Amino acid sequence: MKHTISVLVENQSGVLARISGLFSARGFNIDSLAVGETEDSTVSRMTIVSHGDNRVIDQIMKQLNKLVDVIQVTDLTQAEMIERELILIKIQATAANRADLMQIVNTFRAKVVDVTPKSLTIEVTGNQSKIDAMLELLRPFGIKEVARTGVIALARGLESKSKDKEKKGTAKKIVLTA
Amino acid sequence: MAELTGAQILIECLKREEVDCIFGLPGGAILPTFDALYDSGLKFILVRHEQGASHMADGYARATGRVGVCLVTSGPGATNTVTGLATAFMDSVPLVCITGQVATHVIGSDAFQEADVIGITRPVTKHNFLVRDVKDLARIVREAFYIARTGRPGPVVIDFPVDVSRAKTEFEYPSEVKIRGYAPTPLADSKQIQKAAAAIMESKRPCLYVGGGAVGSGAQKEIMELVNKTGIPITTTVLGLGIFPEDHPSSLRMLGMHGTHYANYSVQGSDLLIAVGARFDDRVTGNIQKFAPHAKIIHIDIDPASISKTILVHIPIVGDIKPAVRELIKHVKDKRVQIKDWLKQIDEWKAKHPLKYDDSGPHIKQQYVIDKIGELTKHKAVVTTGVGQHQMWTAQWYQFSAPRSMITSGGLGTMGYGFPAAIGAQLGRPKEQVICIDGDGSFQMTMCELVTAAHYRIPVKIFIMDNAHHGMVRQWQELFYHRRYSASQLGPSNPNFIKVAEGCGVLGIEVNKKEEVIPAIKKALAHEGPVLVHCVVAKEDNVYPMVPSGHALDQVMDMA
Repeated sequence: MKHTISVLVENQSGVLARISGLFSARGFNIDSLAVGETEDSTVSRMTIVSHGDNRVIDQIMKQLNKLVDVIQVTDLTQAEMIERELILIKIQATAANRADLMQIVNTFRAKVVDVTPKSLTIEVTGNQSKIDAMLELLRPFGIKEVARTGVIALARGLESKSKDKEKKGTAKKIVLTA
Repeated sequence: MAELTGAQILIECLKREEVDCIFGLPGGAILPTFDALYDSGLKFILVRHEQGASHMADGYARATGRVGVCLVTSGPGATNTVTGLATAFMDSVPLVCITGQVATHVIGSDAFQEADVIGITRPVTKHNFLVRDVKDLARIVREAFYIARTGRPGPVVIDFPVDVSRAKTEFEYPSEVKIRGYAPTPLADSKQIQKAAAAIMESKRPCLYVGGGAVGSGAQKEIMELVNKTGIPITTTVLGLGIFPEDHPSSLRMLGMHGTHYANYSVQGSDLLIAVGARFDDRVTGNIQKFAPHAKIIHIDIDPASISKTILVHIPIVGDIKPAVRELIKHVKDKRVQIKDWLKQIDEWKAKHPLKYDDSGPHIKQQYVIDKIGELTKHKAVVTTGVGQHQMWTAQWYQFSAPRSMITSGGLGTMGYGFPAAIGAQLGRPKEQVICIDGDGSFQMTMCELVTAAHYRIPVKIFIMDNAHHGMVRQWQELFYHRRYSASQLGPSNPNFIKVAEGCGVLGIEVNKKEEVIPAIKKALAHEGPVLVHCVVAKEDNVYPMVPSGHALDQVMDMA
């Protein structure tokens, strides 16, 4: 099963290598990884989408938690969350099919961000199912290039707002996963 | 306040951490630090190869429970310590390894003796630091020692660029450590402890399985009390040896691939397995699907990631073992009457399948030598080993009675570990007898440290069990590869170990016959300096009992 894991880390060089090294060394999967600074400039948030059975996800959470540079780990999959990805799609476009393309763009509330006589570049934001659906519809037109940010996510409401930063590794968290 | 250089600050920090012994070897990028060390009053042991320094620091740490420290130069100096770091990481040993590094402005330019030490050591350390600014140095050293010794201990690397070691700043040692991402000692949940106590009181066939974590926590008294109060039988892992005296009637001795029949049968037959500071290593569990099939499992460990990693645990208790077991003792009662059938069954297994060896042949048996070393040292020496047959026979035959007396590379299985670890252990416990029981293969991997032992007159007693083979490799080839002894024979080209010892300034004693064993041990123990005893032992003997890889723990092979 797919899990979206939000990891708050020290905003320092080398931290990304620690996280990606952990995943490769222990054979965990990374479907996507997105990283950026948070409201606190000393903290970065990594959003990692991974998949595996419960035991694997449990290990991923615990092993991440063990890293000294990791401040907090949350599996957002268990909570209500908002998940977004941004994707740029460059498509072969001719005068003949441009109207059809525009219809898809409008339906998905996407944006055309670049037009040339032979191509069209579309920007679309959404959750994964929306992006997958859009890619599926665009594929017959001839997708030339795709760039995607990877998923970023936050829990809904104020619940998980990094309030227990200091509590990492406490019994509460462990009971939850044991 | 006067300003100090980075090098001077580092030395001051080591003094504040009460470091009394540093192992290492100098080189270009670490020269300013060695200059500051020169008249610091700190004891420094100059090794012949940096791998030796890391194993010595490890042996020192395991023997004393304190943080072991090594100091080496950049590039090859640092990479030579990697085997030692990985060894310490696998067995949760607290080390701080300070590596020189090229100047910050040339990092990344493939400078002379540059290596990406942070990158290379990341997977084999608990944490590592690159010191970019001298102002961070004192804090980093403080944090490094704190991280190394707290929680589940482990090695920490401080990569120390040469320009930072020359830069100056005011020195102030931080009085406390605050790392927001590091909460090392979770307190065990009392509800979980009560659940565990209830399961213990209900159980009919309980068994304790205790590992190195209990040694690290210093929980020997608590373990003894728990066993004495309840009467529950106890087995230990190789790293747990000594946490509980093996001559105690409740001891099942070591379990696992080369454990006793009765330890393995007890685990397999148990309805409740109480794991304490052990991590269900594959050499312990055998086939994991068939491991302890009837047992509910309690697991007490300081590392939450160890829980349910390979074996699903029913009652996890996360916390420091010593207070957790202390708390558990309060909630349990004597079970001897309730489990008397179980204890009787175990006694039958013990009577039927004792550890044994065939001593009838013309050649000296390693088991005999180790047994005699145990007797003549009253089972109280600090023993280190290499890896292989001699290691398993030491685990079976020395008969340990005190924690921190079996010092061996359990997780990584590092050949060459034993001898330098013995030097470190001896420096940590100067008044005690330190014995290295080694194989001819293992010993040759780090024997250059004979020079170090001789130079500092470190009185370790080395017993080389020379079977002219990589014995455990040969055993597997005999049993599973149709006796095709591919690259496992050392005999024809082994050096003259006595001459090697003498050439390095170490007393050599040759043992070729069984009747020479006891006098040689006595002579070695009586000698003031380091001694190498070369024991020519049976070439083709196998370690039994043995649970072949992939088999259930009760599918035991033994000699006829």
